[in-house]
Amino acid sequence: MTEAVKDPPPGMVERRGAGLWVSHAIMMFGVLIVFFPIWLAFVASTVTQPEITNPPMPLWPGDQFLVNYGKALGSGVNVPVATMLVNSMIMAIGIAVGKIVISLLSAFAIVYFRFPGKMVFFWLIFLTLMLPVEVRIVPTYEVIAGFGMLNSYGGLILPLIASATATFLFRQFYMTVPDELAEAARVDGASPMRFFIDVLFPMSRTNIAALFVILFIYGWNQYLWPLLITTDPSMNTIVMGIKQMFPSGDDIADWPVIMATSILAMIPPVIVVISMQKLFVRGLVDSEK
Amino acid sequence: MATVDLKAVKKRFGSTEVIHGVSTSIADGEFIVIVGPSGCGKSTLLRMVAGLESVSEGEVSIGGKRVNELEPMDRDIAMVFQNYALYPHMSVRQNMGYGLKIAKLPKAEIDRKVDDAAKLLQLEPYLDRRPRDLSGGQRQRVAMGRAIVRQPKVFLFDEPLSNLDAKLRVQMRLEIRDLQNRLGITALYVTHDQVEAMTMADRMIVMNAGRAEQIGTPLEVYERPQTLFAAQFIGSPSMNVLDGVAADGSLSIGDSSLPLHSRLSGPVTVGIRPEHVIPDAEGPLAMTVQMGEPLGANTLLHGRMAGRSDAFTVSLAGVHHAVAGETLRFGVDPANLPFFDPKTGQRIEAEA
Ligand SMILES: Nc1ncnc2c1ncn2[C@@H]1O[C@H](COP(=O)(O)OP(=O)(O)OP(=O)(O)O)[C@@H](O)[C@H]1O
Ligand SMILES: [Mg+2]
Repeated sequence: MTEAVKDPPPGMVERRGAGLWVSHAIMMFGVLIVFFPIWLAFVASTVTQPEITNPPMPLWPGDQFLVNYGKALGSGVNVPVATMLVNSMIMAIGIAVGKIVISLLSAFAIVYFRFPGKMVFFWLIFLTLMLPVEVRIVPTYEVIAGFGMLNSYGGLILPLIASATATFLFRQFYMTVPDELAEAARVDGASPMRFFIDVLFPMSRTNIAALFVILFIYGWNQYLWPLLITTDPSMNTIVMGIKQMFPSGDDIADWPVIMATSILAMIPPVIVVISMQKLFVRGLVDSEK
Repeated sequence: MATVDLKAVKKRFGSTEVIHGVSTSIADGEFIVIVGPSGCGKSTLLRMVAGLESVSEGEVSIGGKRVNELEPMDRDIAMVFQNYALYPHMSVRQNMGYGLKIAKLPKAEIDRKVDDAAKLLQLEPYLDRRPRDLSGGQRQRVAMGRAIVRQPKVFLFDEPLSNLDAKLRVQMRLEIRDLQNRLGITALYVTHDQVEAMTMADRMIVMNAGRAEQIGTPLEVYERPQTLFAAQFIGSPSMNVLDGVAADGSLSIGDSSLPLHSRLSGPVTVGIRPEHVIPDAEGPLAMTVQMGEPLGANTLLHGRMAGRSDAFTVSLAGVHHAVAGETLRFGVDPANLPFFDPKTGQRIEAEA
C-alpha cells in the first residue's frame, strides 16, 4: 500500500514534472523552517559559552561536541542528564504501558460483559475525557501527597495512567470484531480472559503500537505534573529538568549544556517514532480483521 | 454421537417471546435441517442447543443429559458459523487446533488430529496460511475442520453456505452431508434455503414465527404438509393456494368447480402444486397466462385464475411457447390435494 504511494508510474512523474518540483520545493521549505531552530540548538550544543553569547551566533557546529555532551550527561546543572533521561524513560513507558493495559481491559469489560451500571461507567469514563490533568491537579496532588508518593515513580505515573481516549479507541475497535469470534472461542472452551489474551490482544496489536507511540510522547512531554511533585532533583524528568537548568538568580545560564540537554531530550521520542513507524502507520490505516 | 431432545423450549428476550415452545427428539446420527424465513428464530433455537443463548423455559438434552446449565464447551458440540468466525491472526493449523490446545492436549496429539482433519477436508496445502489468504470455500472447510477435530457429539451449523456462490454451495452441500455420514455425528443445520433443506435433511423442522410448523422427512413435508405455511414454504415454485367452498362432493372456486373425493363442507383453502397441474382442454380450471418462464427442462407459466384475481403458477414439462393473454385449461388429481382451514391454516384431514 505504501509502495503504491511511493512509486507512481513513471509516465505520471514525467507529465507532472513541473508540479512535482514545485510541491517538493514547498515541502523542503517547510521542513527547513521547522528544522532551523533544531539546527541552531544543535550548533549551540557544540560550541563554547562565549561563542553563543557574543553575536553573531555561529551557524555551523563547533568542536565542543564531546565536552558539552559529556558534561550534560555526566553532571548536568543540578543533576546529570543521564538520570533525568532514565526518569523520563521510566515515566513515559510506565504511562504508555499502563494506559494501554488499563484501557484494553476496561474496553474489554465494557464491550464483552453485562454488569449493572455498565452504561453509567462508560459515560463516566467518557466524561473524564473533558478533564485534563491540569483541571484536577490540586486534588490529585493532595491524594498523591497523602499516599506519600511525592518524589517517586508511582507518583509520577499513577495519576496519568487512566485514559478515556484509549479506552474509547479500543472499545470502538472491539465493537468491529464480529460477535461470532467470541462465540467461537467460547465453543472452543476459552475462558473470557483466555479469549482476551489469545484473540483480542493479538488482533489489536497494530492499534496498540500506534497508541504506544502517541502515549509515549504524551508521557515524555509531561511538564506540569512532574514539576509539581518532584522536588528532589534526582527524580526530575528531562522535560521539566531543562527548565530547572535556567538559573534563578544572577547565575549565568550554561547554554551549551542546556542545548545539549534539549537535543538529548528529543532523541528517545524520535527513536520510538522511527522504530515503530511501520506498525504505527498500519495501526492508523487498517484494522486487519 | 448422541441424541438431542428439545422439550417445550422457549426463548424470551426481555418480555418478547421469540420461540414459543419447540419440542422434538433427534436420533443419534440424524441430520436435521431447521428451515424457515428470516427472523423466525432458527438461529436462536440452534444457539440454545449450543449454549450460546440461555433457555428461558423447557429443556435441552444431549445424549439424554439435561444441558440447560452447561457451558458450550461442556456440551460436546461444535459449531460452524455463517461468517466462519476464524481467528484472523492464527494460521489454519492453529485455528483448527485451538480448542484442543485449550483442552491441554499434548502438542503431538493436536498435530495428529489436525493433520487427519486436514486430510479429510483436503486442507493440507493451506495449513500454514492465514484465513485471509484463503478463498471462501477454503475458509468454510477450515471452519468445518475446526468443528471435526474435536470429535463432538453434535455438529451445529448456522447457514454455513450462505456466503458461497451457487455452484460451490451445491458442492459443499454434498461434502458436508458425506462427511457427516462418514463420521456418524448428529447434526443440526440451519438454513433459509428450502432446496438446501430438501436435499440435505434426514428430517426437517419447518419454522415460522418461533413455532415448529412441521417436523418430518423432506418428502413427508412435501407430500403431506401439515400447515399452509409449510405447504407454501417447501417446494419451488411455491404451492398455489385458492379459497373455495366445499359442498356436496364438490369444491367451487369462483365459477369453476372441482370434484372432491372427500366429505368436506364449508369454506376451505386448497393447495395446488404448480407441477401437479394436468393440462386438459376439458379441465375444470382455467388460468389467463401473463408470462412464461422457460427453464429448459420445464416451463413456468404465471398468470391469474380466469375471472379471478388469484395469482397462479403452473409448471409444465418441456418447452411451451405461451402467449400472454392465452387461456390455459387444466385439471388436477383430486385424490391428493391438501386442504387447510382458512382461519388457522391447519391441514384438514379429508376422510373419504
Ligand atoms: N439478542 C436479541 N434481543 C432481542 N431480540 C432478538 C435477539 N436475538 C434475536 N432476536 C429476535 O429473535 C427473532 C429470531 O431471531 P433469529 O436470529 O433466531 O432469526 P433467524 O431465523 O436466524 O433469522 P435469519 O434467517 O435472518 O438469520 C428475531 O425476531 C430477532 O429480532
Ligand atoms: Mg440466523
